[in-house]
Amino acid sequence: MMFLAFLSQTIRIAMPYLFASAGGVLSERSGLIGLGLEGYMLSGAFCAALGSYYSHSPWIGLAAGLAGGTVFAALYGLCSVRYKGDQVVVGVAINLLAVGITRFFLRFAFGSSSNSPRVPGFSVAETGSGLLALAHDPMIWMGALAMPVVGWVLYRTPFGLRVRAVGEHPGAALSVGIPVARVRWLAVLLSGAIAGMGGAYLALDQHQFTDQMTAGRGFIALAAIIFGRWDPPRVGLACLLFAAAETFQIRLQGASAVPAQFVEMIPYVLTIVALAGVVGRAVPPAALGKTDE
Amino acid sequence: MTAPDGTTPPTPDGAPPLAVSLRGIDMSFGPVRANRGASLDVARGEIHALVGENGAGKSTLMRVLSGMYAPDAGTMTVNGRDVTGWSTAQAIDAGVGMVHQHFMLVPTLTVAENVVLGREITAAGRLDRRGAERAVAELGERTGLVVAPGRLVSELSVGEAQRVEILKTLYRGARILILDEPTAVLSPPEVDELWRVLTHMRDTGDTIILITHKLDEVMAVSNTVTVMRRGATVGRVATRDTSPAELARLMVGRDVVLAGDAAAAPQHSIRAERRAALDVRELTVADARKTHAVDGVSFAVEPGEILGIAGVEGNGQTELVEALAGLREVSAGAVLLHGRDVTRQSVRARGDAGLSHIPEDRQLRGLVLDYSIADNLILGQQHRFSRRGAVDAAHVLENARRQIERFDIRPADPAAPARALSGGNQQKIVIAREMGRDFTVLLAAQPTRGVDVGAIEFIHAQLRNARAEGKAILLVSADLTEVLALSDRVAVMYGGRFAAVLPRAEATKEVLGAYMTGASGRAA
Amino acid sequence: MSASAGARRWRAQLEEAVLPAVVALLIAALVGDVLIIVYGQSPGEVYRALLEGTWGNAYGLGQVLYKTTTLTFTGLSVAIGLRAGLFNIGAESQLAAGGFAAGVLGTLLPPGLPALLVLPLFIVAAAIGGGAVGGAAGVLKSKWGAHEVITTIMLNFIVLALLNYLTVAHFKVFDTLHTADVRSGALPRLSALIPPFHGSAANMVLFLALAVVAVAWWYLFRSRAGYELRAVGLQPGAAEYGGVNVPGVWWRAMLISGAVAGIGGLNFVLGYKHYYEDGFSTGAGFLGIAVALVGRNNPVGVVLAALLFGTLSQGGLAVNALVPKQMVDVLQAVVIIAVVTSVPEVRRVLRSARRRGGPEA
Repeated sequence: MMFLAFLSQTIRIAMPYLFASAGGVLSERSGLIGLGLEGYMLSGAFCAALGSYYSHSPWIGLAAGLAGGTVFAALYGLCSVRYKGDQVVVGVAINLLAVGITRFFLRFAFGSSSNSPRVPGFSVAETGSGLLALAHDPMIWMGALAMPVVGWVLYRTPFGLRVRAVGEHPGAALSVGIPVARVRWLAVLLSGAIAGMGGAYLALDQHQFTDQMTAGRGFIALAAIIFGRWDPPRVGLACLLFAAAETFQIRLQGASAVPAQFVEMIPYVLTIVALAGVVGRAVPPAALGKTDE
Repeated sequence: MTAPDGTTPPTPDGAPPLAVSLRGIDMSFGPVRANRGASLDVARGEIHALVGENGAGKSTLMRVLSGMYAPDAGTMTVNGRDVTGWSTAQAIDAGVGMVHQHFMLVPTLTVAENVVLGREITAAGRLDRRGAERAVAELGERTGLVVAPGRLVSELSVGEAQRVEILKTLYRGARILILDEPTAVLSPPEVDELWRVLTHMRDTGDTIILITHKLDEVMAVSNTVTVMRRGATVGRVATRDTSPAELARLMVGRDVVLAGDAAAAPQHSIRAERRAALDVRELTVADARKTHAVDGVSFAVEPGEILGIAGVEGNGQTELVEALAGLREVSAGAVLLHGRDVTRQSVRARGDAGLSHIPEDRQLRGLVLDYSIADNLILGQQHRFSRRGAVDAAHVLENARRQIERFDIRPADPAAPARALSGGNQQKIVIAREMGRDFTVLLAAQPTRGVDVGAIEFIHAQLRNARAEGKAILLVSADLTEVLALSDRVAVMYGGRFAAVLPRAEATKEVLGAYMTGASGRAA
Repeated sequence: MSASAGARRWRAQLEEAVLPAVVALLIAALVGDVLIIVYGQSPGEVYRALLEGTWGNAYGLGQVLYKTTTLTFTGLSVAIGLRAGLFNIGAESQLAAGGFAAGVLGTLLPPGLPALLVLPLFIVAAAIGGGAVGGAAGVLKSKWGAHEVITTIMLNFIVLALLNYLTVAHFKVFDTLHTADVRSGALPRLSALIPPFHGSAANMVLFLALAVVAVAWWYLFRSRAGYELRAVGLQPGAAEYGGVNVPGVWWRAMLISGAVAGIGGLNFVLGYKHYYEDGFSTGAGFLGIAVALVGRNNPVGVVLAALLFGTLSQGGLAVNALVPKQMVDVLQAVVIIAVVTSVPEVRRVLRSARRRGGPEA
């Protein structure tokens, strides 16, 4: 029973990571750094709360969250693919913009600077914290499927093959007539949509939007992508690993010999270790971050 | 067809129809005329070698044929159809495929994925991996280009990667295949394998155009040879009717001798000391592919001597010079400056020991393009222009004024950024910096590349003066005329080794051409 | 000829530096108009309130100067990294680490020492705090090739968590999230010199910032190390040819970059609150990227850009009665996006215009 509760909590915590890193993998494999994931999620969360609040339907909320993430990804695409602005700067700015815009409209729409009113979500009764309750939430299923679907697209479809080629060697892709910019646009829009769903999950799961509710989850997703070496199955496992560590820390609050802050650091430390190549180096897509060719 | 030196190209009348016919092709890039009235006739079902020195316009002409460039003038027909100025896509659709010198492969994808990329085989919207692998395997079986379709390209040897490149073009339906310097990167057994594949393809009706400057290859596999020089076609002969010597003569030409050459015959200055200023012993340098770019080369340069290194580019000259300058790790052997071992010493230590270096790529290495002329004139010497951690601005400016005047750099404005200068004036900055200071040994790599005639004369005069002053100079140049005009001895580099070291008197273009193209002297 | 060529070059550089910022501000103002109108207010009134609340009175100006001071440090930190071709996203945690080191030092010193005497100690402590974080990212890049963008982001989270732990577990005053007051070294507010600034947080660290700007300018443009650092940033191949140890420059540049951000922590710790408080650095590190970008990585430009972003930050509070202060966050982000996308565009337009205009570019 202990174990099942642990498992279900881990799954819930992993959801936003899974969505965001599934989207992020697609973007990064096409050569666009996923620094704006945090912003796509935040925008997705806010739009989902807004949509759900006004329509009383979590489904409309989900659609709105998806759209909210896509719009921010489109802005990122415009600046980095079309105008070839520096991806790192644009990514950082997208996150700042998401914080500002959601705060502004939080006050505009709900007159609050901290949170929205309660909005309808998916979770059926709050009874029991077991796996059964989770199974009633359609978003859990979507989150569980997000990474396999992205993996399937990446490795099993012509579009995925082109994404991988474009992110690794755009010159070679161009030489066989692949429209590099168009492939990247599609990848980044999809990444925004999927990450936006991750934001929607947060808002609908908690039945409200709160200021900066993503709280760095986009960066944990980015860490999972790097730690999982840009390979969907491994990225998915990294998300679960990070979520399990977090669950562990919550469950053992106070009782643990290890302070919570050190558990918090785990994803980031592991990412640096992976990048520095202490145990087999994590090598990013060769054209990652280079849009000016 | 133009045939300036009287060679009558046998026109293939009545013979099998022409696969390719290019007439009077002009192609310019800004002021550079890469092709001037170039022509090419290739019969169907032959291996046609297109030969010429570096910069003769071979690759440009083939890029025109493959649709990458639209020619400024001239007509192109393929299989009797006028295709002047077509696009890459049209060329591919018509069965013309080009294998570039630098591979266009995605290293993280498999062989099959690379081959089908852009023209994927799908089954119900899905990538049909098995179908792709089967197609590649079948193609490989038919042509002899055997590569395991499921392997990652990053794991392949260079020869295998090249097979994938050829498979890529064949998969797209190429029946006319252009290969640009295909053997430059291959080992001898891989070369033999390539010839086997190409002859097999020819025998089954495909047409192959082979760009090369290695005459042994031409003699070994081609049916017909077209020779280009300075952008124009200078000859077309059947391979069985010619000899390497004749081809070398056509390639190099005899009418291209720089003014002032006669005076350049080495006037051996008095050598005060006979000890070598630069002494290189059994130097071996590994390249990125772990093969030996420089393979056990030994030589010495004495004070007051210019040792010229001739050779087709890519035979290890770049790696040799960089290793001598301290920019590349040496895997074996030793470098001595005035008898002192500097093999493991830094760039700066070598500079302080009297080594100057004119690098072959001034845009990448020789200059910081966004720095001013004055700042560029101290690059590598910055520690000599500093006092207590600060750059001595007055000293830098005074140095700039002096060098600008002495080397006639224009504009004569120390604050102008190097980027704004012409190629010749940029090179003068490098020359001024490296030769306008105390040095005893100079590495001059392609010192006149891309500069105008006036600057060439000036730079040559500087090199001669330096020799007269007793400096030891290692000159590396792809321009044979330049090597012959300046050197006291000439070495020819081929395949990472010195194929020959000749005194100036014995070094004629014909002899050097033979060594450069591998037609004689396999190793030193 | 030389003089006029120099003047022309000057003008061209100035145009290329200033025009993107102007374009960006116009775009930001336009976005601001839309937000204000959406909120049912008049743009003219809001912008007037913004100016009055910042430059219109001494208190507002004092607050602007306080924010400008921190942003000058973080902007300079990012700019130094970029001059070496490195993107330091970690100014956020380097600032915090510097502040923490200073805060802890302050609790350890004997009370009553003269501020000017111990100031160097605080500077060194803060520089070590920030420099350790930046230098770690630098070494990770030099030795193992780990990309500094990712490592500095990850280090932000690691260091902030670590500082949170240290504060909570070892150094905090009961029931707060801050350390005890520094026992020596607190610096006077600016109002001690100029009384109308009374009540504002602006303090003497402002002058330290200007001094660091001057030193950074000298270091980048007049020292031999700066000559080598900029060469590495512009063309690593040429720097290597010029005998520069490129990986060595990388880690040193990151160390210095981190140290400069770290010294910025003194603005809060010595100048304002006189203690270290968990989370005081929020956002200033990321805005430092914007400051460096708009200031074109030039120390003087950084000061002006810091003033711009400082004004916007403070301006949010000034307009809060009319529109949500978060409007300003949006404007800041819009400025960054507009600058980074318009710099190449503006340069292209300017250069082609000049080519048409005169014989010499």
